[in-house]
Parts: sequence; C-alpha cells; structure tokens
Amino acid sequence: MTEESNYRIQFVIMILILFLCFIINISLGSLSIPLKHIFASLIGSEPNSTFSVIITDYRLPKAITAVLVGSGLGISGLLMQTLFRNPLAGPFVLGISSGASLGVALVILGSGLFGGVIVGSLVSKWSIVVAASLGSFLVLIAVLAVSNNVRDTMAILIIGLMFGSITAAVVSVLSFFSSAEQLQQYVFWGFGSLSNLSWNEVLTFFIVYILGLIISIVSIKGLNSLLLGDNYAQSLGLNVKHSRFIIIISTSLIAGAVTAFAGPVAFIGLAIPHLTRQIFKTSNHKILVPSVFLMGAIVMLICDSIAQVPGTDYTLPINAITALVGAPVVIWLLVRQRKMMF
Amino acid sequence: MERQNRNIILETKQLAIGYKARTGATSIASGISIKLEKGQLIGLVGANGIGKSTLLRTLIKVQPPLEGEILLNGHSLSDLSAAALAQQLSIVLTEQLISKNLSVYDLVALGRYPYTDWIGTLQPNDRAIIDNAIEMVRISDLRHRKCYELSDGQLQKVMIARALAQDTDIIILDEPTTHLDMYHKAYILKLLQRLTKETNKTILFSSHEIDLAIQLCDEMVVMRKTDVVQDQPCNLISKQIFDSLFPPDLISFDSRTGSFKVSK
Repeated sequence: MTEESNYRIQFVIMILILFLCFIINISLGSLSIPLKHIFASLIGSEPNSTFSVIITDYRLPKAITAVLVGSGLGISGLLMQTLFRNPLAGPFVLGISSGASLGVALVILGSGLFGGVIVGSLVSKWSIVVAASLGSFLVLIAVLAVSNNVRDTMAILIIGLMFGSITAAVVSVLSFFSSAEQLQQYVFWGFGSLSNLSWNEVLTFFIVYILGLIISIVSIKGLNSLLLGDNYAQSLGLNVKHSRFIIIISTSLIAGAVTAFAGPVAFIGLAIPHLTRQIFKTSNHKILVPSVFLMGAIVMLICDSIAQVPGTDYTLPINAITALVGAPVVIWLLVRQRKMMF
Repeated sequence: MERQNRNIILETKQLAIGYKARTGATSIASGISIKLEKGQLIGLVGANGIGKSTLLRTLIKVQPPLEGEILLNGHSLSDLSAAALAQQLSIVLTEQLISKNLSVYDLVALGRYPYTDWIGTLQPNDRAIIDNAIEMVRISDLRHRKCYELSDGQLQKVMIARALAQDTDIIILDEPTTHLDMYHKAYILKLLQRLTKETNKTILFSSHEIDLAIQLCDEMVVMRKTDVVQDQPCNLISKQIFDSLFPPDLISFDSRTGSFKVSK
C-alpha cells in the first residue's frame, strides 16, 4: 500500500537468488553438469546429448516441481494463517495434508479392499491426484464448518489434529489389509518426492496450481481487510462468507495439487510465511503473496539440492530436509514470540 | 419531533434488538426510535448490560433487528449491500486488531477499501483523503510506525483516522474511551466533537463517560430499563433522565454539576 516501491530492490534480489538456485539445482546431482552444458541444453542447442536428456527429462521437471511446491505451500499457508487468524495455521496443521493422505490411502491401500478390478497393478498418478484433491477439500470444508461454530482458534487447531489422528487410524486399518507392494507405494508417497514427474504431470500440476494462484491473487484485497477482523472487513464492504469460501477453494486447489503430485511435504506451508514476514516486515498481502511465492520457491530448491546429496546416488526424502529447515524456524519463532510478526 | 427530514442520516423506527436463538428470541430492548442528524455528535449511554453494544451491532448490521426498521440516508439498512453500506457507514470497535504488524499508514489506507480497484490500488485522490484523515486526527508523526508500537490511545486515534478515510456520512464507535486514562478519554471525545464540526459527519459513540458526554455531545441517547430517550444533554438533565440511569443505592446524579456523586 504505502511503501510498495521500497520493496522493488528486495524483489529484484529475490528473483536473482531464485534464478541462481534454479540453475544450481539443475547442475547438481549424482552427475555434476557444467554450466555451459546447462545453458546449451536449456536453449536446445545440444539435442540428444546425455547432459541434455538428463536435464530436460529429469532435472528440469524436478526443479519446476520444486518451485511449484515451495511457492504453492507457502502461499496456501499464508492464506490459512490470515483466514484463521492464527500464526500456527497452515495446510499441514489444519489437516489438508491429512485429508489428502486419507484420500490417497483409500485409493492405494483401499483398492485391494474394495474393488478387485485394479488389484495387483499399482494405482495411477491420476487417481492419486483426484483422491488427494478430494480428500483435502473435504477436510477443509469440515474444518471451516466447525470453525464457524467454534470461535476459539485453538479449538480449530485441535480439530485439525483430530483429523490427522482419524487419518492415521484409517490408514492403519487399511494397511493391515494391504499387500506389501501397496504399502510401499503409500509409504513412499508419504516421504514426499519432487522427482519422477513426467512433463504431462508437471503440466497438469501447473494448471491446477495456477488456477489456485490466480484465485489467491484476486483475494489479496480481501485478505488485507481480514487483517482487521471479520466485523471490520464486513464494514469495509467485504462479503466475508463469500471470500472465505474463495480462499478455501484456492488453498485446497494449491495444497491439494502439491500433496497429490509431491506428497505431504511438511513445514514449508507454516514456516515460509513467517520467514517472509520477518524479512519483509509487513502484513500487506500485496507484498506478501509475491514474496512468499519467491521465498517458498527458493527454500524448496535449496532443500531439494540438499536432498539429492550432490555427488552421490542417494536422494533423501524431501520431507526429512524440509523439516530440518522448517522445525528450527518454528522453534525460533516461538522463542521470540513476543515480537512475532503477524 | 418536527425536525427537517433531509438532515437525518440515521433513523430507527420502533426498533427491537436482541438475539435470535433456536429456543426463541431474547429481546434486550425494544421501541427504540432515534434520529441522528448530520454533523452532530451523539453519545449513547446506559448501565452495563442494558444493550448499548447490541444496539450498535444492530445499527452496523452485524446482527439483524428483531423488529422495526433502520433507515440510513432514507434507505432501509436491510436492503443495502455490504459494498453500498461501506460507503455510508464506518465503524470503530473495541475488538483487538488481528494483525498489529500493519503500519499506521497502511491501516488508515484500508479505509479506502470500498473505493479502490480489485487489488486495492490507491489513486492520488485516495492518498489525499488518507493524508487528510491522518492530518485531522493529528497522527502525522505516527504514520510510519507499526501498530504494535502504539499505546491504546494512539491506536484509538489511528482507528478513528481509518474510519475518517472511509469517508462515510456516519461513524459509529463502540466505547472509544475504554482502556484510556482520564486525559485521553477527554482527548478522544473532544477529537470526535471537533471532527463533527470540521467534516460535518455524524458521529455516534457509546461510552460510560457520562459527565464528559454531557459536556461535549449535541445530543445523547440514554438507554434505561424502561425506555430509550434521545434529547439534548441539558434537556435530559432537566427531565431528570440521568437520575434513573443506575440503581439509587450507591451513586446519585447531581444536576448542578452534571456528574455523578458517590452517596455517603
């Protein structure tokens, strides 16, 4: 609102860092690729070379996925924190990921239980996507319905945790009846993974993501008025119920798509908005939405670069790395709570 | 009662307020007929629990009336959309801000919300109105401070500036003087009085500072168990309205000084 132009330099720096992280992310891996060949592959002047195949078929989709996942989770976390006016809210805490997990568990593990049709064959990525999206949407609606009746924000968090418990319970029951193969697919999905997405899958992810992102950008003005509380927001002409719904749609599209394609990636949704507020020192969503986007993408690219352990053939579960980065941030926030930006 | 209708900004007709529940409606007060004129400062007083906040919440359309009608600029409040209402009525509430991380300027700028485009871009005209609001409330020195750095009194002034920036015919404030010391109570009410004179806006506020309100208000609305009376403060005193405001065992109204005294 006021000092928007003051943030221009920060944005330019962050875009440069993002670009740098993107290039580094692509160049690192079990095989280190020289910078010259990276640019050559990106502009397509070295078709069919080994470097080019590795980059265009594996590393580029993975880096793009990292950008989508990091920015998407950051933004959906920001939307939830403002909507629920709770600094500890986020897709993970409120059970959107749990809902997605439940949906995916029902599809992967439940396929043996309910339908004999697809037994034996592993479940396709597409049914996982649909299941995760539906699961996250249903949980969010449930949480919102409850939050309309319960004014206490702590109650909402506990309800989110309860959904997590229900999910875990259902998954235990399902896994009891599942084959080892199905179980392994579910467990690996739970680790979170940015790799193994084909270009088609990245494209679908991108379309759903961009839809959610557009809705979140349209909600910026309303989000700012919600910073004053529902009554003030209404007095400023905001249709609170309507925009609540819009914000939830946006979050469930983004967080649902992320969880569907990359698994339940932890902590990023909670930590990134706080990290960004601390750096940009503002609550204005006109600044926060683009900066959370950049911050999320940067952090996710860094996490992924670490996760693939450069120079080795190992790839650590991305969830382990995001938690290693995210958890200290959350602890740090709680320790200095007195001056916490929110 | 024979006032010129064109000057009336807000009017209630036989209003009944309260809460609707599944078991039936709980009426808190009824038969409320008040008329608020342009450019006047009106104080709403009454004992705790008499329904001041409920009345204000009904007037700002946070809760529906049980009976009767509210007219804002001659239009029924229930027919006005949130967007249309936002250009005619602004509020200052007692509730805490969700985010105190906003700068004073950003907070006041939110008052322009009903007039800006889809993403809230401020036009030169909006900036002029914001600057003017900040100037009028005399918080220019605070404009780049964050809200969490402000005292209660400063924050109250910022919230008033935000309501001014919304540029509405009427501003309604719910207990703007709570949590403030004696000086700042007087300061805020004096500020409201000055704003009605300078901007010709109507300002309605609820308060427990009855003696201050008597000295500063053009009109007062007194809520009692039996009825709701609106008149000029001096008329209310001569009609002995304040004498029956509270139970008589502890304090009594001194009509000579216009204030309450503790019975000895």
